[in-house]
Formats: sequence, structure tokens, C-alpha cells
Amino acid sequence: MLDVEISRRAGAFSLDVAFAAPAGVTAVVGRSGAGKSTLVAAVAGLARPDEGHIDLDGTVLFDSGAGVNLPVRKRRIGVVFQESRLFPHLSVRSNLLFGRRRRRDAAAPAFDQVVETLGVGHLLSRRPRSLSGGERQRVAIGRALLSGPRALLFDEPLAALDAERKAEILPFLEALIQEVSLPVLYVTHALEEARRLARGLIVLEGGRIVAAGAIEETIAAAGLASAGDRLLDGVTVEATIAERDERYGLTGLALGGHRVWVPGLIGAPGDPARLRFLARDVAIALDPPQRSSVRNVLSGVVRGVKRGDGPYASVSVDVGGAVLRAEITRRAAAELDLAPGRVVYALVKSVAVSRA
Amino acid sequence: MASLPFAVLVALALARGRFPGKALLDGLVHLPLVLPPVVTGYLLLIGFGRRGPIGEALEACCGVVFSFRWTGAALAAGIMGFPLMVRAIRLSLEAVDRRLEDAAATLGASRTGVLFAVTLPLALPGVLAGAVLAFAKALGEFGATITFVSNIPGETRTLPAAIYTLTQTPGGDAAAGKLVLIAIALSLAALIASELLARRLASRIAG
Repeated sequence: MLDVEISRRAGAFSLDVAFAAPAGVTAVVGRSGAGKSTLVAAVAGLARPDEGHIDLDGTVLFDSGAGVNLPVRKRRIGVVFQESRLFPHLSVRSNLLFGRRRRRDAAAPAFDQVVETLGVGHLLSRRPRSLSGGERQRVAIGRALLSGPRALLFDEPLAALDAERKAEILPFLEALIQEVSLPVLYVTHALEEARRLARGLIVLEGGRIVAAGAIEETIAAAGLASAGDRLLDGVTVEATIAERDERYGLTGLALGGHRVWVPGLIGAPGDPARLRFLARDVAIALDPPQRSSVRNVLSGVVRGVKRGDGPYASVSVDVGGAVLRAEITRRAAAELDLAPGRVVYALVKSVAVSRA
Repeated sequence: MASLPFAVLVALALARGRFPGKALLDGLVHLPLVLPPVVTGYLLLIGFGRRGPIGEALEACCGVVFSFRWTGAALAAGIMGFPLMVRAIRLSLEAVDRRLEDAAATLGASRTGVLFAVTLPLALPGVLAGAVLAFAKALGEFGATITFVSNIPGETRTLPAAIYTLTQTPGGDAAAGKLVLIAIALSLAALIASELLARRLASRIAG
């Protein structure tokens, strides 16, 4: 548990935040200038808050009242910076081992395992300057993990990469983040990244926390889904793998009382999995469709219909265990006479369900 | 060469430190650069001579004598080259990316750990350049040396002093010419060696 309550003033800008991040990933989103970097610097010990306290699993890292300010090296917080900050005069191997050599007593994951998970085995003898941006970030992540941290900070680790590199590195990040049981603060301005990786969300604006909590609820509460990412808007739900269809290469997951089929054989029965339903891929029907190619038909109750400006309407459907959102036209909403309380069927093509 | 660790220390203090008297230290270090060498030599003679306050103390405690010995010539050369060395090292230290040092600290490196594992390796080309500059300066040092330790054959006769002596001696031209060639060869060799090393280091370090 990372417990933070700090304030810091620098010129006209002031940061004033209080939150607790449990083990697992908590995303911190906000526009540039919202105070994200200041927050990271304060927690890491690179900038001193004016007032407040920072505790990590019972260890006091900073307490203005008691005059405690643990130096950076003793905080044991692994930081992955936006610009990777690999040491240019050292090989990839030496970079990875930099922290471990200095904290032999700290519990850290096995070197070989981290190297394998991050897929950097073939780079070990190279120097950072000969690596691609994505490779550099992977090494930087490994370096932080191997230093035996008690918490991890990611400061916009993908912001400097192009879309292709991001797509290359995200699966590695996901895999690693599932494995570690540390508090992880993941700072980003990309909501999609936060959704994919985090369970908790903190929304910063002008140095204050304007919303915090479980990720989907917080996004909804803060009204973050703007017109710009309307088409990527959607929800992430927790499901359990229930069965496998080896013949057709499908996996069936239990979600509430429903069975959701997704393409590909993933995991083993009983494993948890996160599914992502994009609002534009969810359709609404008043009757269950007969003879349709759509494999996933989830009965539910309309919770709300939000009509915005323009031709769109957003319908939330409680299917038991999850609330899906469907992006439909206003005309469709009117013709189906959708209103809260109405029993409907949410239709999702299997190929449109992705693992989040 | 012995002055290198001191130069690194002073350069660190000047590049990174914040302390009262920093400007004074800065001025003091640069003094030999702007003073006439003869004045520096005279001050050394007063300070480090057998009757001088520092010279006397050093002889009493460690038996080290500077005046009119080769050690004195080395001291004079070191002092004259010192500002050049400090300047070059300081510049390269200031050019080291502080964010890398921060990153090292988050990985558990102590301040000295950061210095030896990150800062100094990255500043190495500058340290090397400083050392070569100081070496060249020391090789050519004449005024302070001759004032401080005179020109004693086999003890304090440095290369420039020897050349000067030979040119003042009838028939010494040939010998002087040989020494001049040696001086040129030494300087060139130092310059080329440092250039090669610096290039290799730079290509290793370039991020």
C-alpha cells in the first residue's frame, strides 16, 4: 500500500493530493501540466514536497511533521522514465544489473525470468544507443524491476514511442504487471493505456485529484470519454474462463450468468480474464435474434440512455455482473423506445471482443 | 599527473557544489592562468621554500623538500597546468545529464556510487582532455619553474630550461635542435593519443 498525502508549491503551480494505491496498477491520468510529473518526482524522492507524508507498506518515506525525508536510494521505488534513461556507457546487461548489484539483500525477480518476459535476451551485450525506442523501454522496465523495488512508478513510459512501438511493448507491460504484487503508479495521458493496464484510476487536474476509484466507474464519473475517442470508448469487465472449444478454437468465459465466446484458446478453465467491449461493437435488440451469426447475446436491463449532441446515443445495459455500453444512433434509440428499465439483448460479435 | 585527483575534486566542487567561498576558490584556481608565471614561481618560493611556512612544515613532518629539487619542478608544473585541467573537467561534468544520476539513485546507488558508476565515466573524455592540456602546459612551463627551483642540471633542468640553456651556450645549437625535436614529438604524441582515446570514449558513451 502506497499512502500519499502531499502538497508542493512551485511558482504559480501547486500540487495538493491525497490517495492510497494498493498492490496492483493504479493509473494517474491528466493533461500535461496537471502535476503528474511532480507527483512522480515527489514519491520517488527527486523533489521534496512542502508538506505531508508518504508511506510505503508501513515505512515512512517522507513526513514533513516528523522531519523524515528518506533519500532516493533508500526508498526502493523503481522508476521507469519516459526517456528510458539507460546508462549509455554500460551494456544492456550492466544496465539491467545496475540496481541489483547495489541491493543484493532486496527480493527481486530472477534475472533470467525478467529477461525472458521482456524479450531482451538477444540484446544483453549491446549498448543502449543501438537499441530501438521500444527495446530501450523494455530494458528500462527490467532495470527497475531487478533493483528489488517495493513499489513501481511509470512516468509516461510509452509517450515517446510511436503507435507501432507502443503496440509492441504493451503486451510485455501487461504480462509483467500481472506478475508483480507491488503498488504500481502508472502515469499517462493516454486513457486507453490506463484502461488496458490498470484497475484503479486517479484523475489529476491543475494539481488536484478530481476523481479517483475503480477505473471504469471513475472514467464514467469524470466524463473522460470525450468525443475524440468516442469510437474507442467501451468497458473492461472481469470474467472467468469456463470452457474451451478446441474444435473451433474458441474460449468460453463466464460473465454474470452469461457465456461469452472469444476467438482463440486462452488460459485454462478457472483463470480470470479481462474482456474489453467497445461501445461501437455492441448492438441492442428487443428480441433475441434468430439465426444470426452473432455468438454473444446477453440479456439485460437498460440502466440509462445518454443522448449527446449530434447523431449518437450511448446506452448502458446491465447484463448481470457487468454494465456494457452500446454506442448507437439517436434514431435507433428512439425507434426502439429505449428507456431505463427496459429489457433488451446486447449483441456482441465474438470477433469484436478483445482480451484487455 | 598527481594533480589529477585534486583537479577532479575541485572541478566537482565548482560544477556541483554550493558553498560559501565558491567564487574565491574559483578565482584562486584560475590565478596561475592569469598571473605572470614568474610571480607564481616567486609565490611558490615564498610558500614552499625551506623557510616558507608550508615548505618548513612539510619538511618537518614528512621530509619532503620542494625548493631546488625535481619535486619542486613537478609542483610548479602541476600548479601551472591545474587551471586548465580543472576547466576542462568542470565543463564535461556540467555536461553530464543529471537525469541519469537521478535514475541511478532510484536504483539504489549512493552519492559516491553515482559519481564513480555514472558521472565520472560519462565525463571521462573531458577529464582526459584536461589531463592532456595540463601535460602540455607542464611540458612548456618555464617561468614559474626557473623562479622557484632554478635550473640545476640533473635536478630541476626541465626540457624548456635545457633548450634555453643550450641556445645560450656557444655551439649548443645542434643539441638544442635535438631537444626541440623531442619536445615536438612528445607534444604531438600526447595530442594524438588523447584524440584517439577521446574518440573511442565518445563513441562508447554517445547515447
